[in-house]
Amino acid sequence: MIPAPFAYARPSTIDEALQAVASGGEDVKILAGGQSLIPVMRLRLAAPETVVDLTRVAELRGVREEGDAIVVGAMTTHSDVLSDPLIARYAPLIAEATETVADRQVRHRGTFGGALAHADPAGDLPAVALALDAEFVVAGLEGRRTVPAADFFVDYLTTALQEGELLVEIRIPKREGWGMHYEKFNRVAQAWSIVAVAAAVRMEGGRIAEARIGLTNMGPTPLRASAVEEALTGAEATGEAIAAAAEHAADGTTPSSDLNAQADYRQHLAQVLTRRAVTAAAGL
Amino acid sequence: MTQISVRVDGASYSDDVEPRTLLVHYLREQLGKVGTVVGCDTSNCGACTVHLDGEAVKSCTVFAVQADGSEVTTIEGISQNGTLHPMQKAFHEMHGLQCGFCTPGMIMASIDLVNDNPDPSEDEVREGIEGNLCRCTGYQNIVRAVQQAAGEMHGRAASGTSHESPAVVDTAAAPHVAVQS
Repeated sequence: MIPAPFAYARPSTIDEALQAVASGGEDVKILAGGQSLIPVMRLRLAAPETVVDLTRVAELRGVREEGDAIVVGAMTTHSDVLSDPLIARYAPLIAEATETVADRQVRHRGTFGGALAHADPAGDLPAVALALDAEFVVAGLEGRRTVPAADFFVDYLTTALQEGELLVEIRIPKREGWGMHYEKFNRVAQAWSIVAVAAAVRMEGGRIAEARIGLTNMGPTPLRASAVEEALTGAEATGEAIAAAAEHAADGTTPSSDLNAQADYRQHLAQVLTRRAVTAAAGL
Repeated sequence: MTQISVRVDGASYSDDVEPRTLLVHYLREQLGKVGTVVGCDTSNCGACTVHLDGEAVKSCTVFAVQADGSEVTTIEGISQNGTLHPMQKAFHEMHGLQCGFCTPGMIMASIDLVNDNPDPSEDEVREGIEGNLCRCTGYQNIVRAVQQAAGEMHGRAASGTSHESPAVVDTAAAPHVAVQS
């Protein structure tokens, strides 16, 4: 199908983009990589009055180092994330999850910030951002603000981004030396996660000193598996201890039932995938 | 209408397009490049894959205006002076197609894969073309074709993982498809 007509703006700076969004009328959509937005527009589930295309905003691309964090520009493509040395060193969990996103054609166009701002519960990057305590830098006409990952994902396809605001960059604390793993369960012909688990652990001797666990598609927003994190903190890195902790992975979750999986099956998957993710992250 | 300038298969074009025009529709309907096909129209099947500035993309999920100032290569632009591209030749020789509808996208995605990974294993080929669906399910020979082409594109003879011939058809299971001699 062909999308409904719209007015098209192609700014080349963040300021121009904010102006274009402000003057775009009632219903403005921001086009990042377009790999979710264009399909939705083709189905006419979205028929915006104006589309503001960020593809030419060069300052939104790339990854840089800033003190104890790395900063990923919102328009950095999945392909660029996969080959980035800073991500490989300080946040390999992002690369591991990104590798599972869709397919190579989509990863050439799709962007890190676009996937986060779209906030699809079955998308892989929100749970990773949550597990890594990312911070979202958001620009508006009045200036910039920073939103922690825990506050960014508000509801199904809904984030803390307000009308007229743009996601500019994502700051991720450096976690050099942490073990990380993304464990995903999906149908082969469809890369969307039925359930997936993002795990990052810091080892000290034979023990897990700290653990961060993010859950994909266990509710309308990504979730932290806090009970698992608590059970793992200070635990011996053994298969038994990890399995016992992973039993709490679905605590307090209310996943949906759909044609891929019933809620109780998703809760079962969360436990199994958490055990596998933590085991791999701990290097066992 | 928005004016765009784009190079497609080595020729320059300037055209007026509606912003909502998808790249695949521009290629097919305004330029007559019908070698690139529309399969699923939902970004799943990859039949419409072309290269945009050297990278494989699904042309049903890019607006034509986004290609302004860019270089597009379609299946129609990869042979040189009538000589098939090694990937086309390998699909031909390895019988990497049945109905052929997925073939343009398969070939464009596979060239992109082999550009990144000069010697992909069978698993890497299968992962690498995960964005392309063959509803004849002719994947065995497609994988063989990609591996053979990878060898040729990078100046190697068929490696140990490549096969020198397409899969043998078991005509006993389907006697009505007797091999023509």
